[in-house]
Amino acid sequence: MKYTKEHEWLRLEGDLVVVGITEHAASSLGDVVFVDLPQVGTDVKLGQEVAVIESVKAASDILAPLDGQIVEVNADLADNPGLINEDPDGRAWFFKMKIKDLSALDSFMTSADYEAFLS
Amino acid sequence: MSETALSLASLVLEDLHAEIGAKFAPFAGSNMPVQYGMGVMAEHLHCRAKAGLFDVSHMGQVLLYPKTTMADLTLALERLMPVDVLGLGLGRQRYGFLTQANGGILDDVMFSNRGDHIFIVVNAGRKTEDLAHFAAELSAQAFITPVTERALLALQGPLAAKAMARIVPDIQSLYFMDCGVFNSDFGEIWVSRSGYTGEDGFEISVPNAGAAALAYALFAMPEVAPIGLGARDSLRLEAALCLYGHEIDTSISPIEAGLTWAISKQRRPNGARAGGYLGADAIEAQMRSGPTRKRVGLYPEGRAPMRDGTVLFSTSGVEVGRVTSGGFGPSLSAPIAMGLVDAAHSALGLDLLGEVRGKKLPVKICALPFFPNHFRKRSTT
Repeated sequence: MKYTKEHEWLRLEGDLVVVGITEHAASSLGDVVFVDLPQVGTDVKLGQEVAVIESVKAASDILAPLDGQIVEVNADLADNPGLINEDPDGRAWFFKMKIKDLSALDSFMTSADYEAFLS
Repeated sequence: MSETALSLASLVLEDLHAEIGAKFAPFAGSNMPVQYGMGVMAEHLHCRAKAGLFDVSHMGQVLLYPKTTMADLTLALERLMPVDVLGLGLGRQRYGFLTQANGGILDDVMFSNRGDHIFIVVNAGRKTEDLAHFAAELSAQAFITPVTERALLALQGPLAAKAMARIVPDIQSLYFMDCGVFNSDFGEIWVSRSGYTGEDGFEISVPNAGAAALAYALFAMPEVAPIGLGARDSLRLEAALCLYGHEIDTSISPIEAGLTWAISKQRRPNGARAGGYLGADAIEAQMRSGPTRKRVGLYPEGRAPMRDGTVLFSTSGVEVGRVTSGGFGPSLSAPIAMGLVDAAHSALGLDLLGEVRGKKLPVKICALPFFPNHFRKRSTT
């Protein structure tokens, strides 16, 4: 698992990158009540807003961690946004991306780096 | 430390909040506990099911003592509010709002008749304006004393009375909108049976020196949990209560805000003390011919919340108003909102569109409140 400074996690699954938000992010957002996911097939650029999370408190943007294409989104989140608070690292993944060069993942933080970043 | 942080006021119970796990955020100039460990959703539901304790010490507490007689003082206050102040019984509290010459609202307040004086609770963000207004308008009739050495706590929920009776057994004598002064282990407390959640409950003004001990005594009870400002907002939204800066402000009249019910019959046209308050001409004109816009309840049809400021359109695409408060209603498990819309587009059941992140999403005008009130009213005969 790799981590971004925007509190997203990235997990390699075959040749796809699965993206979600960290437990730290989920707990600071509070109870999530709505998720707006991107369309499958959308081409996205690094830093582009691709999804929106609404908690009881406020709306937050999820940014594309890399250039690539959205190939799958987690339909369970639309019906049960509370999954993001229950299981942020697991069942509450947001989308899967196809990227050109998987070695781009190396530039992100490791788990240890992210822990240090948080503290 | 930034300038904002330097000028932010601390609640007298700030250390207590930190100790029990509050997350803080600035609100109306105070560093306020927004939520505790349970989170906004669970806190909201706890308050609806049991009892929640809120620290609302950021609000302004003001005493008005008469310079001549109570009658002079109450009649002077009637120049500032279209409500019956003179006829408010001893030990009774009433909701009112300070109007201004254009018919807009300077603030909404709760005031009580405490025999030889009046006690007023005003909004945190309006303390300065309200005190200046009182000084300008009431100085001939009132000694105006801001209360600075007291905290204000709200205990709300169906089990609030059970919990409060362990502090002061006599509390059972109070019904909705009654108030009283009681001796307690925490000093002299000023209690009203009211609140801003739609639930039965109390607002308790307690000397600073006894505030933490009172809060801990309540938290030690199995029914009571701490509730932050986040859930306070979702509770008042479900109860369809107006919040200054949202449903009401200096540009919105009480008629537009759906507060006509709070204008006492004595103060309405043909009442015993009709008019005679700031903005009476504008407000009476709207009572006669109807306001051009109205506060309405809104049910977004999808799951996306429509927040404050969301622009509302008719289904044919004409802009008709905006959302004034919006979010998620934990008791309804659905997004809910209130808005101000053109009167021509304010019918119950009407479909509108709300623009969220560039998309126009369906929303329906619905009856208020979203969640029924559970006040302990005196049975009417």
